[in-house]
Amino acid sequence: MTEAATALMTPGAARRPRSGLAEIVRHVIRQPVGLVGVLLVVGFIVLAVAAPLISPFDPLAQPSKRLQPPGGAHLLGTDEFGRDVLSRIIYGSRVSFQVGVISVGIALVIGGGLGLVSGYYLGLIDSLVGRVVDIMFAFPSVILIVAISGVLGPSMTTAMMAIGIVYSPIFARIVRGPTLVVMQQQYVEGARAFGAGWVRIVARYVLPNIAAPVIIQTTLSFSTAILSEATLSFLGLGTQPPDPSWGTMLGSGRKFMELAPWVAVYPGLAIALAVLGLNLLGDALRDALDPRLRRGRT
Amino acid sequence: MGKYLLRRLILLVPTLLGISALVLVLMRSLPGDAVDVLIGTEISLGPEQRRALYRLFGLDTPIYLHFLRWLGEVLRGNLGFSLRTSEPMTRVLMQRLPITAELAVLSVCLSWLLAIPLGVLSAVRRNGALDFVSHIIGLLGLSIPNFWLATMLLLVTSLYLDWQSALIWVSPFKDLWANLQQMLLPVLSLSAVLMAVVMRMMRSSMLEVLGQDYVRTARSKGLRERVVLIRHAFKNAAIPVITVQGIQVGYLLGGAVVIEQIFGMPGIGWLILNGIYQRDYPVVQAGVLFVAVVFVVVNLLVDLIYAYLDPRIRYD
Repeated sequence: MTEAATALMTPGAARRPRSGLAEIVRHVIRQPVGLVGVLLVVGFIVLAVAAPLISPFDPLAQPSKRLQPPGGAHLLGTDEFGRDVLSRIIYGSRVSFQVGVISVGIALVIGGGLGLVSGYYLGLIDSLVGRVVDIMFAFPSVILIVAISGVLGPSMTTAMMAIGIVYSPIFARIVRGPTLVVMQQQYVEGARAFGAGWVRIVARYVLPNIAAPVIIQTTLSFSTAILSEATLSFLGLGTQPPDPSWGTMLGSGRKFMELAPWVAVYPGLAIALAVLGLNLLGDALRDALDPRLRRGRT
Repeated sequence: MGKYLLRRLILLVPTLLGISALVLVLMRSLPGDAVDVLIGTEISLGPEQRRALYRLFGLDTPIYLHFLRWLGEVLRGNLGFSLRTSEPMTRVLMQRLPITAELAVLSVCLSWLLAIPLGVLSAVRRNGALDFVSHIIGLLGLSIPNFWLATMLLLVTSLYLDWQSALIWVSPFKDLWANLQQMLLPVLSLSAVLMAVVMRMMRSSMLEVLGQDYVRTARSKGLRERVVLIRHAFKNAAIPVITVQGIQVGYLLGGAVVIEQIFGMPGIGWLILNGIYQRDYPVVQAGVLFVAVVFVVVNLLVDLIYAYLDPRIRYD
């Protein structure tokens, strides 16, 4: 297919601004909501990546007296084993973001893949996937995640798997709709007539059209995945001690919180800030990527 | 409407079958040998006892037979027996249900009480001070984990206010005041997210309705603003809010697992979680099945209410 023919048959391509990504980034950080979101998310990513450089202590070492109040060498105090709370929170961001990336990745691959196949081929596959998705949606997600991790045995790996599986249906649903719409367009028919195979059709026509909703959903799922992991670990069904997960810290610190409130206050604050950042970023991305949904607020 | 209801009820059958199948598969996929996991390392079993246990769990049959047998039992109202107490799960669930139901209903009521007026007022006085404040409250509500909020509420009340409600569960029929005192913190922790979601939905839905022609017509007829807002705008704007509420029931049931655990309330969530801790799998199986069925039925009811409230929606 010649370049001209491709350009003619891709109506979206002509309208898309030349530097799409730069445009989106500009739109996101121009909104105060988006800017705060970006700063929080980037902040946590820096913490996660540079944890060994930033954190003042080894998160597993017990350098000081137990339950020492914040101040001095331990900015956020020490926990019930004398470990530095700040260092554990910094390393905890690694756990949270790792769980977020892997579990949302699993959901994106399984769910997105099924949605794509479903919307592309329709027929029996579509009805089958549709039924499975309906059934998965019939479970409250937290209950299903708790049940899966509980049954498979508590660990960070099973937590990631459970969260990934439970979040798959939403991606299947989000991908299927737009895929279906694109597949019925004349330009896809045209591309087929030119002999384009499914790889080309998916890469060239379907993916650009599902990118926006998928990006938005990925950001929002990332925040709920972090919350889910924290919930699981809080309940003792996720990341196991002594590994520093925010949920585990809060769960085990809870028993000592009347003596030492800081062991329960700060890990929770970290979860709330990370989730807030991702939610704000998700909202701003939605505004930037989908002008139809743009809200009145500026 | 009758035809629609019938169709929805028929469609419920494959979903419920699927739910039961999924729950069974989950239970069969226990790592290693379920029986070994169950008895732990303290007790040693003879082959005879081991076989009996296998039969008890239905593990001696292929999965499809197991499923059919289990389904037959479920249809006869037998959800299995707790391994620890041998109590029938049907009875246990019925004992625990009121606690979770009260928690859920009170949380929904509290969240509506706050979220609906706030959402409406934010939309009416858009970009005003109240709108800004409720926007912030909404964002915080969505971001603060319920278990942290619960922990913080416990911390503040016990440490700074020196207040603690009775530790043992009190039925509302026995002592309503004591019961409500116990419910206060759990309900607050659980309703924060609900409030944020409902408020945001109410605001955006109200904003959309306020831009409609019929609202302009109502205003130009010279109707009082209150009448326009309540009778014309609010009634229409409430419909999507109800749908969102249906989805939020899933959150409520999931949240109940965590909140009941923190406050030591022996409801359905507490039951499931302790079933997991104690490896009492029939309890987990029955609990998860029960919760999923409740969720599906509630969402069906929400759809019906939706159809009733909006005469434009005709499902037939």
